[in-house]
Amino acid sequence: MDVSLYFNLPAWLRVTLQGVAVIVVLFPLAAACSMAERKISAWIQGRPGPNRTIPPFLAWIPVVAPLLQKLGLFQLAADGGKFVFKEDPIPGHVNKVYFVLAPILAMIPALTTIAVVPFGAYLDSAGRTVPLVLANVDVGILAVFAVASLSVYSVILAGWASNSKYPFLGGVRASAQLISYELSMTLSVLPVFLWVNAPGGPGTLSLFDAVQSQSQPGFWGGMWYGVLMPVSAFIFLVALFAETNRQPFDMPESEADLVGGFHTEYGAFKWSLFFVAEYCHMIVGSGVFVLLFLGGWNPLPWVSLETLAGWLHLAGSPVLTGVLATLLFLGKVVAFIFFFMWVRWTLPRFRYDQVMKLGWQKLLPLSIANLIVYAIVIALIERA
Amino acid sequence: MPVIPVERKPLTLAERTYLPQIVHGLKTTFRHLVAPNVTLEYPEQRPEIPGGYRGVPTLVRDPNGREKCVSCQLCEFVCPPKAIRITPGEIAPDSPQAHVERAPQAFDIDMLRCIYCGLCQEVCPEEAIWLQTQYSMTGYTREEMVNHKDRLYELGGTLPDAHHKWDKKKAAENAAAHGGHH
Ligand code: SF4
Ligand code: SF4
Repeated sequence: MDVSLYFNLPAWLRVTLQGVAVIVVLFPLAAACSMAERKISAWIQGRPGPNRTIPPFLAWIPVVAPLLQKLGLFQLAADGGKFVFKEDPIPGHVNKVYFVLAPILAMIPALTTIAVVPFGAYLDSAGRTVPLVLANVDVGILAVFAVASLSVYSVILAGWASNSKYPFLGGVRASAQLISYELSMTLSVLPVFLWVNAPGGPGTLSLFDAVQSQSQPGFWGGMWYGVLMPVSAFIFLVALFAETNRQPFDMPESEADLVGGFHTEYGAFKWSLFFVAEYCHMIVGSGVFVLLFLGGWNPLPWVSLETLAGWLHLAGSPVLTGVLATLLFLGKVVAFIFFFMWVRWTLPRFRYDQVMKLGWQKLLPLSIANLIVYAIVIALIERA
Repeated sequence: MPVIPVERKPLTLAERTYLPQIVHGLKTTFRHLVAPNVTLEYPEQRPEIPGGYRGVPTLVRDPNGREKCVSCQLCEFVCPPKAIRITPGEIAPDSPQAHVERAPQAFDIDMLRCIYCGLCQEVCPEEAIWLQTQYSMTGYTREEMVNHKDRLYELGGTLPDAHHKWDKKKAAENAAAHGGHH
C-alpha cells in the first residue's frame, strides 16, 4: 500500500481528513452503544431485545440480513432516522437560544476530547512506536480533563434554559456531582504520572507516554498500572461512572424522582444529541482508562505491541501494526463499555445524598491517601 | 405482646464498602446474560393454553351436528355486562331437529362488552356455550368486534356430548307412540 501519497498532502488537509475520519467512526459507535445497551439490558433480563426491524429490500440476503436483524442493527438505523425526521417542538416557556445551544454544547466537548486520546500506534520502519492520534500533545490527560469537564455546562444550560423545575434540579445535581468527582478523578491519576515522569527525563502528561511506560521490558516495566496501582484504577473507575452520569450515579436524569432530569423538555434530535454525547464521553473515558491502567494497545501485561509484532513477523509494516494496535485498543474499549452497561443493569441508583457522601467523604480522602502513599513509595524507589 | 429484641450486627468493613455485594450482583446478572430467554416471541411462538382457560365465548354443536343452543336466553339474562343479544326462533316442523322446538335466530356476543367471566357457560342448561382457548380478538370497527351466530359456531366447533338428551327424549316419545308400556 502506498501511504506516501497521503503524507504528501498539505498538513491542514491531512488533519482535517483524520479528524473527520475519527468523528465518522466515533459518532456511529456512540449510536451503536445505545443499541448495545438495549440488547444487553434485554439479555440480562432474559428477553431477546429488539430483533424485528428489517427493511424489506434487504430481507432476501441469506444469513447476514437475519443476523443483523437479530442484533437489532436495522432498529438502530430506524431509530436514528426517526430522531432526525421527527417533529422537534420547542416548548413555549423555554429560553430558546440557550435551549437550542445546550445539546450542541454537549456534543462539542464529547467530540473534542477524542483529539488527544491515542487510539492506536504503529511501528515505523525504524522500529519506533508512533501513536495514532489527532494531536499528540504533551498535556494529554490535562486536555481530556479540561475539555471533558466543560460538558457539565451543557447539562446546566439545558436545565436552566428549560425553565421548569425538574430539569433545573437535574442541572444543579449534575454540576454538584461532576465537581465532586472531578477532584478524586484528577488525584487518582497523579500517581500514574508521578511514576511515568522519572526524574531527569522530560516531563510529560501525554497518554501515549503513559502507555509506553507500560510496555518496557522487565517485570516492573511491562506491568500494567491497573495492577501496580489498583486503588488509583478503582477511584478513577468510580469517578468515571460519576463523570459520565452512568448508573449508579445517573443523578442528573434519575427518572424516578426527576421525570427525566435535565433533558425532560427535550425531544427528537436534540434529545438524541445528549445521548450521543453521553456515549461519546463513555467511549473516551473508557479509552483513557484503558490507556492509563490497562496497557493501551499492548495485548497482555509483559507482552508489548513490539513483541507481538515480532511474533507475527509484522514488525516492518506500519500499516499492519497500526491496524493490529487499533483493533487491540478498540477491543479493550468495547469490553470496557460492556462493563459499563453490565454495571448499569446490575446496580440500583444511589440516593443523591449517598452520592455526595461517597464523593466527598470516602473517595476524596481515599484518593488523597493513595496519592501520598504512592508519592512516598515512588520517592523511596527512585532514591534507591 | 412479648417483644423480642433483634440483635443488629454492625456491618463488617467488607460489607460497608459494598464491593463484595457488587461483585456478587455482577455475577448474578452475568448468569442471566448467558441464560436462555424466558420470553416467547409472540406471534410465532404461542403460549400453551392451560385446561379450564376462559377464552372467547363460543357456541358449539353436538357430535350429530345439531346446534345445542335452544335460545332459552338464560345466558343473556345472567351476563353481567349484557354482552349477549339473542333473538329466539322456531325450528321448522319438517326439520329432523323439530322435536327440539327452538333455536336462536340470531345470537350476538359483543366482545367489547364481554368480561370473560364464564357465567354464560355456567348457567347454560344445554352446555351450548363454552369459553374455549381463543384469546386474541382484533377488529377495526365496533361492528367487527361483535361475534354473530355463524362466527360463534365457527369458533366453537363440535364438542363431545355425554347426554344426547333430545335424542333420548325423541326415542322415548317414539316408543310411547308405538304402544308404550304404560
Ligand atoms: S363470559 Fe360473561 S360477560 Fe362474556 S358473554 Fe359470557 S356471561 Fe357475558
Ligand atoms: S347458550 Fe345456553 S343459556 Fe344461552 S340461550 Fe342458548 S341454551 Fe340458553
